[in-house]
This record gives sequence, structure tokens and C-alpha cells, in this order.
Amino acid sequence: MSERYELAVVGGGPAGLSAALMASKFGVKTVLVDENRKLGGQLVKQTHKFFGSYEHMAGVRGIAIGRKLSEEVMNDPNITVMLSTTAIGYYEDGTLALHQREPEEKLIDIKPQTVIFATGARENMLAFPGNDLPGVYGAGAVQTLMNVYGVLPGERVLMIGSGNIGLIVTYQLLQAGSRVEAIVEILPRIGGYIVHASKVRRYGVPILTRHTIIEAIGDEKVEGAVIAQVDERFRPIPGTERELDVDVICLAVGLAPIINLTWQAGVEIAYIPELGGHVPWHDEDMRTNVPNVFVAGDLAGIEEATTAMIEGELAALSAVEFLGKASPSELAAKREDAHSRLEDLRLTVFSEKVKAGIEKLKNWRADLTERAGKTPS
Amino acid sequence: MKRIEDHPVLDFDRGEKVVFYFEGRPIEGYTNETIAAALHAAGIKVLGYSARKHRPRGFFCAIGKCSSCLMVVDGRPNVRTCMEFVRPGIHVRRQHGLESIVQEEGDE
Ligand SMILES: Cc1cc2nc3c(=O)[nH]c(=O)nc-3n(C[C@H](O)[C@H](O)[C@H](O)COP(=O)(O)OP(=O)(O)OC[C@H]3O[C@@H](n4cnc5c(N)ncnc54)[C@H](O)[C@@H]3O)c2cc1C
Ligand code: FES
Repeated sequence: MSERYELAVVGGGPAGLSAALMASKFGVKTVLVDENRKLGGQLVKQTHKFFGSYEHMAGVRGIAIGRKLSEEVMNDPNITVMLSTTAIGYYEDGTLALHQREPEEKLIDIKPQTVIFATGARENMLAFPGNDLPGVYGAGAVQTLMNVYGVLPGERVLMIGSGNIGLIVTYQLLQAGSRVEAIVEILPRIGGYIVHASKVRRYGVPILTRHTIIEAIGDEKVEGAVIAQVDERFRPIPGTERELDVDVICLAVGLAPIINLTWQAGVEIAYIPELGGHVPWHDEDMRTNVPNVFVAGDLAGIEEATTAMIEGELAALSAVEFLGKASPSELAAKREDAHSRLEDLRLTVFSEKVKAGIEKLKNWRADLTERAGKTPS
Repeated sequence: MKRIEDHPVLDFDRGEKVVFYFEGRPIEGYTNETIAAALHAAGIKVLGYSARKHRPRGFFCAIGKCSSCLMVVDGRPNVRTCMEFVRPGIHVRRQHGLESIVQEEGDE
């Protein structure tokens, strides 16, 4: 058992980094753990200029935002950073178990007074024959390979999904030197921003709406893919099948929060499709039903780095409150400011879904009680 | 597959070039690459086989969350090779299903 931290932040993406920085303003002794060798989470892979209206951050590349936050955290005397360290369990007595892989492998127990989970999200799978073949990769994996390690994921890629992630990763693949044969989208329209769609179209990548993947071809690895058009009930239309010669099938069909640790911590898990599926229950100040456990970022609902950073601040303020480190008025002013920035960011049409999800989450417990009341006893 | 040499936005700090072994065969990799990334660069996509149907397995998430990339590294099974970095001289081999973590006599 090592020293007693007042706060442990699990995950060093935009949410965790800004949580640690905000907590530090109140002198909170914090440990920040991340599985990777570098801080930044998804930001280290975002070579494009950011969308969104986040004050001066719009128009800045994701990697630059990540670098700036990481430097601030690394230089902050209140924050201890543990890299190459995975949080592997959170137990009833408040022990957070850590597995450190570098510089040498060891297991470490800490007992922080409060915990902010900011573990982010993972890629969704899609059901089709051959989806387990090597060469079927999540969009995040493709990004990691090409933008972190500089290894080309494939020569010829089929992208599944035309949301912003599908569009941006397509563009990044082109920058890295791959060909993208097509983007298929099952819905009748493109999911992401038009600017991103126009960009990939200019490079000659067809975006096939009302299309889906039928199967992956190959024995040991992906050697092709069959796609087809779908009808208004999303059923493939016989006779429209087409075979594409690709070595990678990239799935950009949504993300799901990484909830394992919060679940183990006793946080109530709600099912809110608009937020990415199973999400830890939380209020608007990022408190959960466990008094000393808070959440932020994609874990709390799939959204953006811009909103993740503000949620991180809010989670930190709630931890500060729990620790009794600030006066209510000091907290109130900071909270108000954070909430108004969040509101501004959520003004776009793309935020409608997230807002509906947050509304559902607010009523989740009331709905539960009501449903429980209706079950015959 | 190959490494990206010329990128419009990124410079890659690959670290030191070293040799490690895949199924006994020497492979060149870099110390800032994960084992899975280095193998991919060497054209190796099949990292193991599934337990029951012996289906080939490659990586899927590359962020340590799906267990699709488990391999045996220096005799130790269930290593997430998308998170574990290349070190000089390590021996990596494909994993077949869930291999025993109890070392038996004669294991590598
Ligand atoms: C292609 C793409 C483009 C995007 N473009 C934009 C954009 O233009 N603008 C925008 O605002 N947003 C954008 N986003 C979204 C943005 O990247 C995410 O919303 C944001 O990164 C979420 O931040 P986070 O801190 O919650 O999670 P993450 O950034 O995912 O960070 C989570 C961190 O937690 C670590 N972790 C997880 N589990 C553990 C554990 N058990 N122990 C230790 N560490 C752990 C992970 O390794 C990771 O570093 C984009 C995303 C993608 C994929
Ligand atoms: S590829 Fe998912 S855990 Fe390694």
C-alpha cells in the first residue's frame, strides 16, 4: 500500500486530464493513471482540425489539444501521473488495484478518497459472416495503427459507417497512403458533417447510402467483402450484391462506454441507447449513486472531446465538494460557468440525441420505480 | 503491409530498431511499437486461433479492450499484444484458445 491520494483519476483522455487539472486548482492530491505510454486518450490520434465551438479550441488539431493538456498535467505538482498502468479492479473497501507494465511489472494497491472514472469508449461490432477475420478492424484500431505507430492498416479499405468517425478515419487513411474503395452507410443519408463528406468525395471515395456489408471473404484473413443495397426495411435487395477487393474492413458503427470498473464500484448502470448503450448513472454534476465515485467523458455518454473536457471539470468540482476543499459559493460559480459552456456546445442538431439521452437518464430512476411498481407481485 | 514513411501531418518516433522472434522467425520491429503493430507491419495478421472452432484471430480494438490479440510472449499466455511493446529478443507465438497459465515442464 502506498501513499493516500485524495483523488484517483482513471483514464488520461481529455475528460481525465481536465478533471485532474481542475482538482489541482483546489490543491487536491491526485493520481492519474492511464494504460498507455502517453497521455491524451483519443486525442493522440486526431490529426484533423477539431469541429465544435469550444472557445479557441475549434480549428485546432486534436493532437495539439492533447499535447497541451498533457504538458500541463505533467508539470502540475499536485498530480502524480502513472503511465502504462491499467486500473484492473475497484473493491468494496475502496481499494483501486493497478497493474503497471513499465518500467517494471508490478501490482499496486491504492486507496484514494475519491475516484473519477474517465475510461472512454470502445468500438461496436457488427454482425455479418466473417466479422471475426483478421482484417476486420474497429475504426479506433485503424487510427491507432496508422496515427500512433505509423503502420499502414491496409492497402485497400472498405469503411462501414458514414458518421464523423467513418468520414474522418477515411480521410486519415487517404493521408496515410491507403485506398478507400467505398464507404457504406445503411441509412438513406450521410451521418456526419457535410464538410468531412465533401472532403473524402473530392478524393473520389464513393459514399454508398442505403448499402450494407453482407459478408467478409477470406479464410485466414480478409481478402474481400460483399456489399449490397438495402430496402426501406434495411433488408438486402437480391441482385444488388457487389464484391470489393479489399484487405481491411473498417467498422465505424458507433462506440460503447467502457463501464466495467464503474459497475464493479457499485454504480447503477442505465441503458440509454442515445448515450451509447449501457452508461453509469450520473447527475448533471457527474456524481454517481456511489458518493465518492464520479464519471466523465465518453464513459458517461458518447459525445465529443470538447464536452468531455467540461464534464471532467464538473466531475472534479464534485470530488472537491466531497473532499470539503472549497466553499459552496466558489464551487457554484465554477459550476455555472461549466454548465453554460456545455449548453453552448450542445446547441447543434447533432446534440439532439445526446440531450434526449441525458433527459432519459434524469428520469431513469423514477422510471425504474414506476416500472417496478407495475410488475405484478 | 508497411510502415508509413511520409505523412502530411505526423512524424513518428519509432524508437530503436530491434529484432524479436515470431514463431521462431526473426522479425524487425521498433521499441515504440506494440507487438501487434510490428507484426502487422511485417505482414502478419493472424495472431492466434479461437478456442473451439480454431478460427484465426487478429486484433480488433487495438486499445486493450477486446482480447482478440492475445498471444504467448516469452512463454506467458494471454498477453494483449496491442498494448505490450516490442522488446529486443522476445519470443512471440500464436495462442491457441485459452492456454494454461500454469507452466508445465518442457514449456518454453
Ligand atoms: C475519428 C474521431 C474523430 C473525432 N473528432 C472529434 C472532434 O473533431 N471534436 C471533438 O470534440 N471530439 C472528436 N472526437 C471524439 C473525442 O475523441 C472523444 O469524445 C474524447 O476523446 C473522449 O474523451 P475521454 O477522455 O472520455 O475518453 P478517451 O479519449 O477515450 O480516453 C480514455 C482513456 O482512458 C484510458 N483507460 C481506459 N480504461 C483504463 C483502465 N482500466 N486503466 C487505465 N486507463 C484506462 C484509455 O487508455 C484512454 O487513454 C473524435 C473521435 C474519433 C474516434
Ligand atoms: S486488439 Fe483488442 S485487446 Fe488487443
